[in-house]
Amino acid sequence: MAKPKVAFYWCGSCGGCEEAAVDLAEDFLKLAEQVELVFWPIALDFKKSDVEALPERAITAAFINGSIRLSEHQEMAELLRSKSQYLIAYGSCSHLGGIPGLANLWDDEAIIDYIYRQAPSVDNPHGALPQSHLELDGKELELPEFWEAVKALDQAVEVDYYVPGCPPTAPVTKRAFQTLLSGELPPKGTVLGAGTRALCHECPLNETKPEKLSIKRIKRVHQVIPDPNLCLLAQGILCLGPATREGCGAQCIRAHMPCTGCFGPLDHVRDFGAKGIAALASLIDYNSEEELIKVLREVPDPVGTFYRYSLPTSLLRRKRLTKEGR
Amino acid sequence: MSFEPKIVAFFCNWCTYTAADLAGTSRMQYAPNARIIRVMCSGRVDPQFVLQAFREGADGVLIGGCHPGDCHYQEGNYKALRRYHLLAAMLEQLGIERERLRLEWIAASEGEKVKRVIDEMTEQLKKLGPLNWHRELEPAGSSRSPATGSERPEAKEAE
Repeated sequence: MAKPKVAFYWCGSCGGCEEAAVDLAEDFLKLAEQVELVFWPIALDFKKSDVEALPERAITAAFINGSIRLSEHQEMAELLRSKSQYLIAYGSCSHLGGIPGLANLWDDEAIIDYIYRQAPSVDNPHGALPQSHLELDGKELELPEFWEAVKALDQAVEVDYYVPGCPPTAPVTKRAFQTLLSGELPPKGTVLGAGTRALCHECPLNETKPEKLSIKRIKRVHQVIPDPNLCLLAQGILCLGPATREGCGAQCIRAHMPCTGCFGPLDHVRDFGAKGIAALASLIDYNSEEELIKVLREVPDPVGTFYRYSLPTSLLRRKRLTKEGR
Repeated sequence: MSFEPKIVAFFCNWCTYTAADLAGTSRMQYAPNARIIRVMCSGRVDPQFVLQAFREGADGVLIGGCHPGDCHYQEGNYKALRRYHLLAAMLEQLGIERERLRLEWIAASEGEKVKRVIDEMTEQLKKLGPLNWHRELEPAGSSRSPATGSERPEAKEAE
């Protein structure tokens, strides 16, 4: 029997997810024995035309990382969708919108204006701006269009499964592959490779969590040296473990850093940030409303804190589009 | 036609909802703009409910609970207060004005306060104008790709 064909592609991402695939190390060779790689631009010399030449649904599974921001991303997502039986959103950007999704606090015009005109380091005397079409010396040049907002993969094309993480860890990737190769496929929309409980369940500090958590101050990571043997929330450090899906092995916490929520929400949660707010705010111990407000001001950027990886897939999706708001 | 704001009001079963009942049986006249949803406690109001209301076209969201110390479940209203302040700060960052989310303690005997708060909020929202989040998400006549694409499957299910 022919080996299942697998494709990897990146859209709007930092490249960390590609690194994560390489992080499989020797296991990658084992994987490469089981599957046939038909497309992986960062590592192998296949072209878009090679994918176009494949019959429909010839690829068993295509893994796409990165958010959808450019017309090119949409085009490639659609191409891989039509050529694949299973399309997998790999990593936070593709799964939830990711860190690039925080660009949805601005619109395209504001971003272009800042990057090409306002930023202090800009040297652009003629005010040149990126164009999607240009005629030069009788030749037509084209660049992908920059869209007005960032989308997660499933807001652009139909997605079968998700692999969470920023980036997905090697064990998560391996488990996801095992599931896909096992032939016993879970229902469409399942998050592969991770668990279904909150991160606290697999956190090594969970047993140090007091019966009733209550915090008088919220501390940020640069303000304190955490006690490595005590639940970070009990120390007042804003950790999103209670709202985040398990599966990463609590890597950040083992490195004395709080969870920032890259594995995204648990099943049946529609808005990660809302759950983060509910989980964190409820812990605050205060005597007066003024004191409460003062403590909550210690979260200077609630959107960046609670939607760090998920603004495009949150219920509101973006900042309000008003002329004044720009 | 003048703008009539839509307010989604989450009232706790034990105090504020009873107060709204009292306002009704006392035949108090107040703005018809609030759509009241009874919840067992203001602490039951998941921030997701508030976001969902705004997303689907509410111009304002009002949460009504028992006065501090009076919660039927001891401390549900204190939980509501904590979430309210953090949520309001986040909504402000997303361009939703503070006045659009309001938390009020209204005891079962305060029918008058239900009337006053709903009237006040309706006036404030009339001044602010419509929020129209459901339309903001799909800008009409945009030649560029819309901000949003297909619904996430789980979102569809819940709707």
